[in-house]
Amino acid sequence: MSGFSITEPSNRTKWIAGVLVISYALITIMPLLWIIATGFKSPSDSIAYPPKVVFQPTLEGYVNLFTTQTRITPDMQDKLQPPTTWYEEIVRDKGMVIAGPSRFGQRFLNSVIIGFGSTFFSVFLGTLAAYAFSRFKVPIKDDLLFFILSTRMMPPIAVAIPIFLMFRQLGLSDTHLGMILLYTAVNLSLSVWLLKGFIDEIPLEYEEAALIDGYTRFQAFYKVVLPQAATGIASTAIFCLIFAWNEYAFAVLLTSGTAQTAPPFIPTIIGVGGQDWPAVAAGATIFLMPVMIFTILLRKHLLRGITFGAVRK
Amino acid sequence: MAEVSLKNISKSFGKQVALDNVTMTVPDGSFVVLLGPTGAGKTTTLRLISGLDRPDSGQILIDGVDVASLSPAQRDVAMVFQQYSLYPHLSVRDNLAFPLKSPVLRTPPDEINRKVDEVAAVLQISHKLDNKATELSGGEMQRVSIGRALVRNPQIYLMDEPLSSLDAKLRSDLRIELKRIQASLGATLLYVTHDQIEAMTMATHVGVLDQGRLVQFGTPRQVYEDPVSIYVASRLGSPKINILPADLFPDAPAGAVNIGLRPEHIHIGAGVQATVVRVEHLGDQTRLHLEISGTLLITLTEAHTTLTKGDSIAITPENPLYFNASGDRLK
Repeated sequence: MSGFSITEPSNRTKWIAGVLVISYALITIMPLLWIIATGFKSPSDSIAYPPKVVFQPTLEGYVNLFTTQTRITPDMQDKLQPPTTWYEEIVRDKGMVIAGPSRFGQRFLNSVIIGFGSTFFSVFLGTLAAYAFSRFKVPIKDDLLFFILSTRMMPPIAVAIPIFLMFRQLGLSDTHLGMILLYTAVNLSLSVWLLKGFIDEIPLEYEEAALIDGYTRFQAFYKVVLPQAATGIASTAIFCLIFAWNEYAFAVLLTSGTAQTAPPFIPTIIGVGGQDWPAVAAGATIFLMPVMIFTILLRKHLLRGITFGAVRK
Repeated sequence: MAEVSLKNISKSFGKQVALDNVTMTVPDGSFVVLLGPTGAGKTTTLRLISGLDRPDSGQILIDGVDVASLSPAQRDVAMVFQQYSLYPHLSVRDNLAFPLKSPVLRTPPDEINRKVDEVAAVLQISHKLDNKATELSGGEMQRVSIGRALVRNPQIYLMDEPLSSLDAKLRSDLRIELKRIQASLGATLLYVTHDQIEAMTMATHVGVLDQGRLVQFGTPRQVYEDPVSIYVASRLGSPKINILPADLFPDAPAGAVNIGLRPEHIHIGAGVQATVVRVEHLGDQTRLHLEISGTLLITLTEAHTTLTKGDSIAITPENPLYFNASGDRLK
């Protein structure tokens, strides 16, 4: 390269920028790597000081996460049939036997049902509401939009008690439906506002052309607006899912059994049979996966969507 | 195809009057061109007929039926938008097929393919059919948007400056092609343009709008040769009609304030003395810029004229148009 260019950064600038970006990425990804690594450590390695960077990986944490175990006496152990599976072997080596599956699988499934369920309804209702706010003459539109946004302004804990009482009256406590409704209600403000911004960016002319081309208003919405709002819908869905997936306060308060999600469950692992950090880390790692996969699947849309339409053509 | 009539149509957007009591009939099979500057109400007229906007008062009849209660889809009109409005998420082929696939038309697939290929060939976009609509140049987009109207056989085609962003060659090709299609289909077409060549060559009727009022409606020849006002006279003609003080030439009728002289209606040889201030050789013709006692005017002369700047010539008006103080024609 030679000469000075306004648009093309110099090699030195590129090099410095590269170092900065990579160091920042390493710093942010460190806790994640640490939690994934801990999941594969043995309990003693996980609390070793100084922390072990190189260690003998084991699936003990994962086995502990998915099973409940009982300690048995050595002579009892001798009388048992030899272990038939690799996970039984891991447990036997500790002088224990598997008593049954743990509740983690069920809690994880609850998270999936509630997280994706509420995301679906938030985005579905949010898209319709945002379209109406964007395109139609709605009386007191600005006030309504502000009112919708204002539901986000207070901390969830401020309304936790009334919601707790309401849910108990309505029989929604500790139900999937109750949690889906609650997370949908909380996420709607975000989704209406985000999606309205995206739909505002889509010129009205496309729908007008579709109306003249022989389509009804709803068909025009479905065939012309929705495909163009895909970017916005994808990024809104990610935000909604991340909120519902990570939500802790309401989950602790309103669920205890049937509908309990993973976030309140994972800390309870710590209490069972000593501080089993590898099991906690294994739970956290698995818990991370769905949102990560969902985000990676939609990342093409997200990269454009996260700029909130500022760079759309 | 059908006759479309507007009866006493008025439309305002807030305080802005877009159309003021317009009555006009677009006869069945005619090619009507609406002329007027930006804001005269041309696009509003198209939008009211298509049903995208509703008039504040008045009646619109398509084929004798009052369409006030009909949706755009039910009115069976095709429209070419000025901003193209191609569906950006669809390919060119799907854009062209979009109206044919609508629930109103429900065209069978082989019929769709046949029509799309046919229209694409006419508009010279066959090689782009599988491109995304966003990958086209401006001129190609405009052709696709014309094609999206032409695949249909509606009551009326509405076109809002459909040739405005094409280059000169393509524009003259498509002008001829559009006129040929319109004539062979016997299609009714309402067309908005600024371009006087389009108006003169394609139109069977020209309507001139001035701030929402329809000031003249007639054949291109009538509007060109027999304008009702300076405003109408200035809409057609290139170079523009010369509007000069009436007393510049003898024999002005009483009440005449201005005289309108088309550049080709100036006879060189005798009469009032004028000085040549500029000579523009255009190849097929030559434009002379003349000055008569401080007033400038333009006339045409033969291509190989020997006149040069500073020469003095004598000119006489032919078929002069006289206008009164408010700009209306004196007859």
